[in-house]
Amino acid sequence: MSIIVNKDTKVLVQGLTGKTGSFHTEQALAYYGTQMVGGIHPSKGGTNWTGSKGETLPIFASVAEGKEKTGADASVIYVPPAGAADAIIEAIDAEIPFITCITEGIPVMDMVRVKAKLDKSKSRLLGPNCPGILTPEECKIGIMPGSIFRKGSVGIVSRSGTLTYEAVFQTSNEGLGQTTAVGIGGDPVKGTEFIDVLEMFLADDATTSIIMIGEIGGSAEEDAAQFLIDEAKKGRKKPMAGFIAGRTAPKGRTMGHAGAVVSGGKGDAESKIAAMEAAGIKVSPSPARLGKTLVEVLKG
Amino acid sequence: MNIHEYQAKALLKGYGAPVAQGVAILKAEEAEAAAKQLPGPLYVVKSQIHAGGRGKGKFKELGPDAKGGVRLAKSIEEVVAHAKDMLGNTLVTAQTGEAGKQVNRLYIEDGADIARELYCSLLVDRSVGKVAFVVSTEGGMDIEAVAHDTPEKIHTIAIDPEAGVTADDVAKIASALALEGVAVEDAKALFPALYKAFNEKDMALLEVNPLIVMQDGHLRVLDAKMSFDGNALFRHDDVKALRDETEEDAKEIEASKWDLAYVALDGNIGCMVNGAGLAMATMDIIKLYGKEPANFCDVGGGAGKEKVAAAFKIITADPKVEGILVNIFGGIMKCDVIAEGVVAAVQEVGLKVPLVVRLEGTNVELGKKILNESGLAITAADDLDDAAKKIVAAIQA
Repeated sequence: MSIIVNKDTKVLVQGLTGKTGSFHTEQALAYYGTQMVGGIHPSKGGTNWTGSKGETLPIFASVAEGKEKTGADASVIYVPPAGAADAIIEAIDAEIPFITCITEGIPVMDMVRVKAKLDKSKSRLLGPNCPGILTPEECKIGIMPGSIFRKGSVGIVSRSGTLTYEAVFQTSNEGLGQTTAVGIGGDPVKGTEFIDVLEMFLADDATTSIIMIGEIGGSAEEDAAQFLIDEAKKGRKKPMAGFIAGRTAPKGRTMGHAGAVVSGGKGDAESKIAAMEAAGIKVSPSPARLGKTLVEVLKG
Repeated sequence: MNIHEYQAKALLKGYGAPVAQGVAILKAEEAEAAAKQLPGPLYVVKSQIHAGGRGKGKFKELGPDAKGGVRLAKSIEEVVAHAKDMLGNTLVTAQTGEAGKQVNRLYIEDGADIARELYCSLLVDRSVGKVAFVVSTEGGMDIEAVAHDTPEKIHTIAIDPEAGVTADDVAKIASALALEGVAVEDAKALFPALYKAFNEKDMALLEVNPLIVMQDGHLRVLDAKMSFDGNALFRHDDVKALRDETEEDAKEIEASKWDLAYVALDGNIGCMVNGAGLAMATMDIIKLYGKEPANFCDVGGGAGKEKVAAAFKIITADPKVEGILVNIFGGIMKCDVIAEGVVAAVQEVGLKVPLVVRLEGTNVELGKKILNESGLAITAADDLDDAAKKIVAAIQA
């Protein structure tokens, strides 16, 4: 099993005709035949997209049309920042069940607007400013490098894209493999949060252990830790390892991700690590020891 | 992006917020003319730097008994004397670090008779994804200390983006601030105006500390700190024009031209990484092996060869840098692009310090091939741990 996406997931691409969208759609098509079913472009509807290896996909004028004609249940957004919020809203309005937004650099106020819409809809949004989601040997949505994955038992959830890859790479090297890896993204206002993903990993029988990677800023890690403590009381618990990036980050400075900033005395690494340890997560001091730390937890 | 107090107040005045009359000056000779434009008899001379704690701050060049970075004056002569004393000197506050900041601008303002000092800020409350007012009756002091010591005195009121600031929201804020009489009437205009300004200008933070109730019962914005969402500056040329580059690190300005996420730090290992999380983790692991990073640098996902080369040049231009660690786990970023950028930069500016490169992910083999065939003195690393060990060992050798 896996969470959110599998071999049956049908994906539309918003922003397919751009360079980034094209490259990663080719990569997705080459990854165990991920079902990429079409692209969206308001003025190129009815034409076809052709990849560098001769792959073709139909282009639709709107998400609604694309959904109707392909039966898509997911979309991925590579639209540049200025238009990305409107692209998400178009997907919400078309009632796409699962929307992934890769775009980095969307104005926060645009995401406040999106969030208000999202809360009243049935859609799930992953991101923005995230690497996407990947279920090994079944479905790749977004920009994660498929070659480092291996089908297995670890559920991975992370605020950072590249640290997701570290966790995937290390668990593959340890022979554990992954059920699904989810990058929730580094923006302060986003769709899916840690708690949403942890709930799904706890419910997924194939996922027998979890890696959670957080970073400075906000209190999502503390909230997730409280959630895990509450669930453990109900008897739902899985072995977990974790990491928090930004122990050495100076206060008050935004570290790349719009959401990664220690401000107002809140969001520092130490309080997150303490909260996660209190919830029974073994937090590795080194980002290079995520896989080994999980193996140690599993050995007891 | 941050702006000065006087710029923030001018912006708020445009939205109808009550601010005192004031004039900004760059030279002490302008002080007399500036003060003459104000009603008097009380004036305030305020240092304009991008850091808080100015009132309690001390000037490096003046003795420990000299007055701070915000001074009261009871005559035009006193205004002029303060201006001469302050301009060009270095103000050290709790937020500037030991180096302090040179005061290049002053704001001369009409004095106010203060009855009460309150706290009001607007920010995006990430837990609910909405803009929220954070207010407290404990104004004029360090809000972090208030939050720590008396959290019950801080009230957060989140605003529904579709409804905006409602009469009910204003009533909640007014009640939290214990406003009475005409101040309640002022509040009905002020708080929606602050929210409108925050929204329309894509602010990241608007802090009014203190917001005052004057002796006549009216509200006034006595201080204003404003910062903007860097991702939204593309639609605000008027805000971009307020940028004061003298307040920023030269390397960070150069980095921002290339749209690089770069933060200058105090250590001596330069870092170039893709992804904010991995960039922070790279700093953390350097520290774990006993050294300090010279910078945070995330080249981002969509960087081309030129941008990578620019990042590399900014890092090598820092005289503190004794070694460089390039750590790339390619997803959206392709390893061959990084390799080409590094090779191009080294060929242009040379390489005087050890360089350790760790590549993994998309197009990794191609990237490694480019580095190997370049003939440059680059140490390859197998993984993040190996990379950190190798660069720390290299600068200790």
